[in-house]
Amino acid sequence: MTATTSSGSGRRSLSDDPVTRAIAQAHSPRVSRLGALALPIAFLGLFFLWPVGTLLWRGLSDGSGEAFTSGRTWTALGTTVTLALAGTVGSVLLGLGAAWALYRITWRGQAVARALVTVPFVLPTVVVAVAFGALLRPSGLLGFLGLDQGIVPIVAALVFFNVSVVTRIVGGTWASLDPGTTIAARTLGATRWQAFRHITLPALGPGLAAAAAIVFLFCSTSFGIVLILGGTRTNTLETEIWLEVKQFLDLRVAASLALLQVAIVALTLAVASWAQTHRERALRRTRVDGTRAATRSDLRLAVLVLAPTALLLGLPLVGLIERSMRTRSGWGFSNYAALLTTPERSNLPVPVWRAAVTSLEAATIAAIVAFSLGLLLAAAITRARRARILNAIAMLPLGVSSVIVGLGILVTLYRPLPGGLDLGDPRLLVPAAQAIVALPLVVRSLVPTLRSISPDLRAAASTLGASPRRVWWLVDWPLIRRPTGVALGLAFAVSLGEFGATSFVARPDHPTLPTAIYRLLSHPGIENVGTAFAACVLLAFITAAVMMVTERWRGKEVTEW
Amino acid sequence: MFSKPKPALASVLLAVLALAGCASEPDPTTVTVVTHGSFAIPDDVVASFERDTGLTIDFVAAGESGSLVNELILTQDRPLGDAVYGIDLASASQAVNAGLFTVYVSDQSAAKDAAEYAIPDSGSLTAIDYSDVCINVDHRWFDDRGIPEPVTLDDLASGTYRGLLSVTNPATSATGLSFLLATVAAYGDNWDDYWADLRANDVRVVASWSDAYYTDFSGPSSGGSYPLVLSYASSPPFEVGDDGVAPTGALLDTCFRSVEYAGVLKGATNPEGAGKVIDWMLSDEFQAALPDSMYVYPVSTRVEVPEAWVRYAPLSDQPWTLDPTTIAHDRDDLLREWAEIVIG
Repeated sequence: MTATTSSGSGRRSLSDDPVTRAIAQAHSPRVSRLGALALPIAFLGLFFLWPVGTLLWRGLSDGSGEAFTSGRTWTALGTTVTLALAGTVGSVLLGLGAAWALYRITWRGQAVARALVTVPFVLPTVVVAVAFGALLRPSGLLGFLGLDQGIVPIVAALVFFNVSVVTRIVGGTWASLDPGTTIAARTLGATRWQAFRHITLPALGPGLAAAAAIVFLFCSTSFGIVLILGGTRTNTLETEIWLEVKQFLDLRVAASLALLQVAIVALTLAVASWAQTHRERALRRTRVDGTRAATRSDLRLAVLVLAPTALLLGLPLVGLIERSMRTRSGWGFSNYAALLTTPERSNLPVPVWRAAVTSLEAATIAAIVAFSLGLLLAAAITRARRARILNAIAMLPLGVSSVIVGLGILVTLYRPLPGGLDLGDPRLLVPAAQAIVALPLVVRSLVPTLRSISPDLRAAASTLGASPRRVWWLVDWPLIRRPTGVALGLAFAVSLGEFGATSFVARPDHPTLPTAIYRLLSHPGIENVGTAFAACVLLAFITAAVMMVTERWRGKEVTEW
Repeated sequence: MFSKPKPALASVLLAVLALAGCASEPDPTTVTVVTHGSFAIPDDVVASFERDTGLTIDFVAAGESGSLVNELILTQDRPLGDAVYGIDLASASQAVNAGLFTVYVSDQSAAKDAAEYAIPDSGSLTAIDYSDVCINVDHRWFDDRGIPEPVTLDDLASGTYRGLLSVTNPATSATGLSFLLATVAAYGDNWDDYWADLRANDVRVVASWSDAYYTDFSGPSSGGSYPLVLSYASSPPFEVGDDGVAPTGALLDTCFRSVEYAGVLKGATNPEGAGKVIDWMLSDEFQAALPDSMYVYPVSTRVEVPEAWVRYAPLSDQPWTLDPTTIAHDRDDLLREWAEIVIG
């Protein structure tokens, strides 16, 4: 065990001392703080706030908010919240168990399991929907359940997508909890459950709140899953926005609905931030490497808690692989061979591997941009007085319809601006759109850790004469190196799988992997559907590989200390 | 304030600025074509355009089909390109009424053929290709059970075919909209009764073409349990195996004929180049490439359709069709009413 920081409890905090505070403040001048904020704010402003704001403004200036009086809107709002709540509860329940089994205890082959759990997160909705649909259709493996085209498949798919968000974020917190208190409680006669309920759970609070907030926002803007698995019978705010824009070109209604979405974001963040500050103290404790080798009884419990997750994640994935191997002449790998050539009877103009390269390039840039800007934002959020507003702005992209973002970009950035500035290049727009979607995840994975760093440490370093840079480098950075792996990995994964906003900005002759899959699936023929599914498996494989690399990186950091 | 991440940040910033810095002047040697998301044409066809005209052609896709017109309307002040390809019959009138185009009449010899599909009173859109949206049938399913295949729209609503048909929602799928229009063309004001009958006959409604075709259809590439699904007249050749037998077919009495148009966008920076694009799209080379690249039929009668199409993808002799003006006028109401009748 390697204790990194500690602040004695009960003792008067050093940061309360006015002198120390004054010194600390003198060493972090406002100017540099603002400078560090300028970059992420400019990026968000240019590629998100401006396009979205322009579109909303156009919609709202059209007339009055008629949408709010329509019964359909309120039904959609109710369905949105219900589905998102159910999806969040499901993801948290499954994800919590998986976080323990995959991050708190250690066992052989764990890295692979961790990587596999993340795979669903990046799979294109259209393919997941086909895989779930194939399971649930009347003739499918689970057809006897009679759940086809209802609420249950939608919630199951939402959990399928989001369980990894909870696992990764909560797992990170869990791995660094001091097991001492739990051991003490157990020694004093507490049952495993009691120890978990009264000691571990409160300590996981901030991470859990952060994860739940993200999942809730993801679920509330889920589009393809709701539309496809609900058989177009289930209407949420997101599907209504899409319909109003795509079909009826009613920007006014779409904009009002989008504002409702923004309200949901604000409310979610308020609840999450309440939960976080409520629990904040819990995290300001010794941060250690709290992982331990699994005992026999641990393994038994691990099998038990992982079983439902494995089933939920495994069945559609197996179905996906099965589909990728179906060929005209029975089973085989010809669909995988087809990834290397330009498909003959499809309208995909490039081989799938080319689309994969395009995706990898874009996702790499997007992940680096999202990570760098996210780090600056997270640092600012941790220290700024108006942290909540900053936090809310950073989270907005999770809660705003990708149709609105995509259309906003079309309206504002696609053509050269009046000054001759041309941002319409897809080499720029595709990673930019993806970075916008990934940014909130980065911020969310870094903020809890940055917050947990005791101000005393920074104050002490300042008092001893360290410049703000040095304080950051010596105090903050060593502690956030670990979550960096999580944040970069998630950013890369989400960029790789992004379809909604990307589909507006990717050029037809330079498709990304998800847009290529979509195109393959839009033409008949067993070769097309087979290649689409093989491409999906490729996407899953790349994701798993990237996740394993970031895992390994993370692992090393622990031993370095 | 940070020491380490700075080089990374600086390089990102530089990269952003470098890309952003490419100032772009109106460029008379480039022509930009806005298309739907599934546009594809062979490289050599593109190369011959560029060789003949000295222009560089740049394709941009504005979202998936069906929304193309909306996106063009939203970006009317600063158009996305010079020419557009892929406006379909269902939204053609809406696009023309919105004043998206400048009139361009091609002098290509195929222009005569294209004129047959022209929008009334308008020279602003040029028909390039067409396709039939039809119910596809799984021959083997009906053979195995000794049940005769349905033929007409009426048959689909009869008890014999109860629970066998899967279609797409016209509000979320362009294919679905075409089929709804076919029923409006066939039944006129009584189209709603027909859909009530279909509903009573357990018609399945799904979100998109791929859900119907790849999840529901009992045909060889999907393995679902619906032997009747909504697709295209051009779909059956895709299912033909090495034995040359077509396991599926199209019900030619249920087809709606949709046309795809191209036009010169108002406010184009290179309108002259845009006109050349329209000419190119009517050229024999482009027209001949259409079936194999985008699975649509060329408007030009000067080019041959592929052998397999003649055999396995015959067109309907009497497809249903509707006047674009009527569609533009009624579409929104049709969609809302349809939703109430069928899935409400």
